[in-house]
Amino acid sequence: MSRVLDVDNLRVSFPAAGNGRVYPVDGVSFTLERGRTLALVGESGCGKSLTSLALLRLVPTPGRIEEGSRIRLGDTDVLGLKGESLRRIRGRRIGMVFQDPMTSLNPVFTVGDQIAEGVLAHFDVSRAEARRRALTLLQEVGIPDPVARLDAYPHQLSGGMRQRVMIAIAPSAEPEILVADEPTTALDVTVQAQILEVLDRLRDSHGMAVLLITHDLGIVAGRADRVAVMYAGQIVEEAPTDELFARPSHPYTQGLFASVPRITGPIERLSPIRGSVPPPGAWPGGCRFRPRCPKAFDKSETMPPLLVVGPDHRMRCWLAEQEGEGPGPVGFAQGDHP
Amino acid sequence: MSLLHVRDLVKHYHSGSLFRAGAHPVRAVEGVSFDVETGETLALVGESGCGKSSVGRTILRLQEPTAGTAVFEGTDLFALDRIALRRMRRRMQIIFQDPYSSLNPRMTVGAAIAEGIEIHRLARGKEVGRRVGALLEEVGLDPGYATRYPHEFSGGQRQRIGIARALAVQPSFVVCDEPVSALDVSVQAQVLNLLADLQRERGLSYLFIAHDLAVVRQIARRVAVMYLGKIVEKGPTEELLRQPRHPYTVALLSAVPEPDPTRQRSRIVLTGDLPSPSNPPPGCPFHPRCFHPRRDERCRIEVPLLRQVGATRAACHYAETTPSAEAAAPSG
Amino acid sequence: MLDPLVRAWRDPRGRVGALVLAAIAAAAALGPLVLPDPLAQPCVLTCRNLPPSLAHPFGTDDLSRDILARVASGGRISLAVAILAVSLSVTLGAAVGLVAGYWGGAVDAALMRLVDAALAIPRLFLLLLVLAVWEQAPVVALIVLIGATGWFGTGRLVRGEVLRLREESYVRAAEALGGNRRRIIFRHLLPNTAGPLLVAATLGVGDVILLEAGLSFLGLGVQPPTPSWGGMILDAKSVLGAAPWAGIFPGLAIVVTVLSANLFGDALRDAVDPRGA
Repeated sequence: MSRVLDVDNLRVSFPAAGNGRVYPVDGVSFTLERGRTLALVGESGCGKSLTSLALLRLVPTPGRIEEGSRIRLGDTDVLGLKGESLRRIRGRRIGMVFQDPMTSLNPVFTVGDQIAEGVLAHFDVSRAEARRRALTLLQEVGIPDPVARLDAYPHQLSGGMRQRVMIAIAPSAEPEILVADEPTTALDVTVQAQILEVLDRLRDSHGMAVLLITHDLGIVAGRADRVAVMYAGQIVEEAPTDELFARPSHPYTQGLFASVPRITGPIERLSPIRGSVPPPGAWPGGCRFRPRCPKAFDKSETMPPLLVVGPDHRMRCWLAEQEGEGPGPVGFAQGDHP
Repeated sequence: MSLLHVRDLVKHYHSGSLFRAGAHPVRAVEGVSFDVETGETLALVGESGCGKSSVGRTILRLQEPTAGTAVFEGTDLFALDRIALRRMRRRMQIIFQDPYSSLNPRMTVGAAIAEGIEIHRLARGKEVGRRVGALLEEVGLDPGYATRYPHEFSGGQRQRIGIARALAVQPSFVVCDEPVSALDVSVQAQVLNLLADLQRERGLSYLFIAHDLAVVRQIARRVAVMYLGKIVEKGPTEELLRQPRHPYTVALLSAVPEPDPTRQRSRIVLTGDLPSPSNPPPGCPFHPRCFHPRRDERCRIEVPLLRQVGATRAACHYAETTPSAEAAAPSG
Repeated sequence: MLDPLVRAWRDPRGRVGALVLAAIAAAAALGPLVLPDPLAQPCVLTCRNLPPSLAHPFGTDDLSRDILARVASGGRISLAVAILAVSLSVTLGAAVGLVAGYWGGAVDAALMRLVDAALAIPRLFLLLLVLAVWEQAPVVALIVLIGATGWFGTGRLVRGEVLRLREESYVRAAEALGGNRRRIIFRHLLPNTAGPLLVAATLGVGDVILLEAGLSFLGLGVQPPTPSWGGMILDAKSVLGAAPWAGIFPGLAIVVTVLSANLFGDALRDAVDPRGA
């Protein structure tokens, strides 16, 4: 269980209308471990995608990573890298799988070429060797008839196949970390299942650490070892997966769970969180969830830090201080469902 | 009598230009039949390429059907001429999936909602504004928003505006084409609740098109599962989910992610890819990927018809013995 | 509708272009009111080919006429031709594009083949031919000819936009509400093609100015004694050695106008393109 990535107080800023800046990622900290999956969960606008881009220093201008942020990849300080050495960690030490397989692959190159390119960029091997490795990767991700597929163009493959190719490219450089940003959102449910399976297998066979970014709680339940919930640029709750689902403690997390329609169990009227996610410029002072929180109280006017609420389980909410705070699991992991 | 009565609906898309007839038409809808009763919701579920959106659009004659009939409130929709069809449009409306392209960026929200009222001359002058305001309130938005433009609103709000626009003409039937698929979880819940409330208050009937079985369960009493242009199973939602009879339904259900780590169900991972709708397999459309232990030659040759098996109707020769997900892929 | 214009204004290129164009337009509109009559020849023999001075900031030409006044007057004609011809082109292009894109099928095919055929004929040669045969064509004819030969690209552009827009959900929604064709075209399609049309128009202005100047230089465009920039360069040809300013200033006027129109058009195109919603 070795620590592969250490992110501490990551802040990303963008210029705001008028003067000043806004911080769509505002003090995010987490670690990634070999062979484990951390899920970063949140809705649009919470900053999760920007966080993943920041790891690779791919934050689009005019955004920038703020002073005081720290990203350590093993012994390397990612934020201090420049030029060639920065390029070398991209792909080689941190691989990324993007959301939309249709636009992430270059339509004018064959699949085999694109994978081989990844290999050649990071290893000093011959073209033939790179092609051989590409074939192996295609097999690993379970693409049928991989030899023929090597010479296929992206548009000749289905969405699920393309995403697999994307996933095949990611470990072509044998990275220590794989960042998967909503890898299944654009795919059908049955294909989703296939893709997630592939991700898990790759993780296990290559010993990678996986950062899985998603808004889908269902995906998280089956796949992640640990979950961090993001809201308005901050992590508001983090815990091992089982623990989080058994005892969701932050009112936002609880609200999320109450909003998800269930495939089993009683059908009840959904209890969505009232209001909507405020944009970065419009965050309230104090606890950012306060305006929408059914449990807000006077202390909510001060920004809460992450407080312990269970075994290896913290949340950003003053309610953690109240004893006997039974957050009332919103119908989860109850074992004896009908 | 059902509100909507659809029989043997067929829709093929022809590619090719004026000079070259499309060699392989895309068989989007291949003989679909169903009924929708007054005040109820029928869900049409399937993955991309199954033809569900085409069904919705063809019924409304936003696209012309290739064959089949659709009888709505006693009227044969496909036989209507342009004038009569336009009048009929008041009674049946549609809500779209993509909140970002469903509103004209150059029109104010109020103008968008009022458009139906104008077209059908349902009100004039100040009355129009009043109605627009009332509709905005009904969908949970501030009536003052009428003067704003779509880009000022979030996805969830735009969906609400789209709903208001559809309701402005006071339809009795609404096709909901994946109305919540593009929304975040909590916003999705808000819109689903809104749709359910509106159905109750106005006695609306919905044809709810979706790919998410959990969402469907929340809002629809009856469901039809589509695959490659055909309905492979249909029946009451709870029964269908409790004991699916068609192997595709079993696979689809097993693939739905369960947000409960202690209740991870067995997942059937289908092999292969979805065949192209322009080149569907012979016989049962699902047979190349089917995991039913009794799959045989008959499946390859003979197209199974929908027949009653247990509480649902399924199009499978061996529906009586369809294994559950547990049996087919026991969780490790 | 105004939004891209505002954005283009914020862009430094756009602002420069717009300001210069505005200055030129102002000079063209107001100049002739305060400047000496461009046709006047106050001192027929002694004022020929004078270099720029306080009395004549741009100098005088071979016929003792004040060049500054002529440039300003010529500007009126050139800009008027450009704006009117472009307006005609854009209107024709938009109409054809809308019809072809919305009706599709045989109508679309026919119209596009027409455009293809028309594009095969070099515009300049066609104009030269017609104008050479039609001696002393009036300015109105010039405008119509230039306008009628310049809509093809815009037509294709608009058709492409319409094909794309037709698939947008809000157009479907309008159909579903019972909107007739007219409503869909004028309420939903046309307003959303405004952006690209504006860009085409702005860039078209630069094109036409060059075209008109070229035709006038060849003696086929605006006819003397009406001043035009191209005509002035033609006149200056014979005295280029002795009085280069007679050709330089009208030439500069052309260059600056076309450049600023293109600058503004570029900024406008950027403002229209990554618009998002």
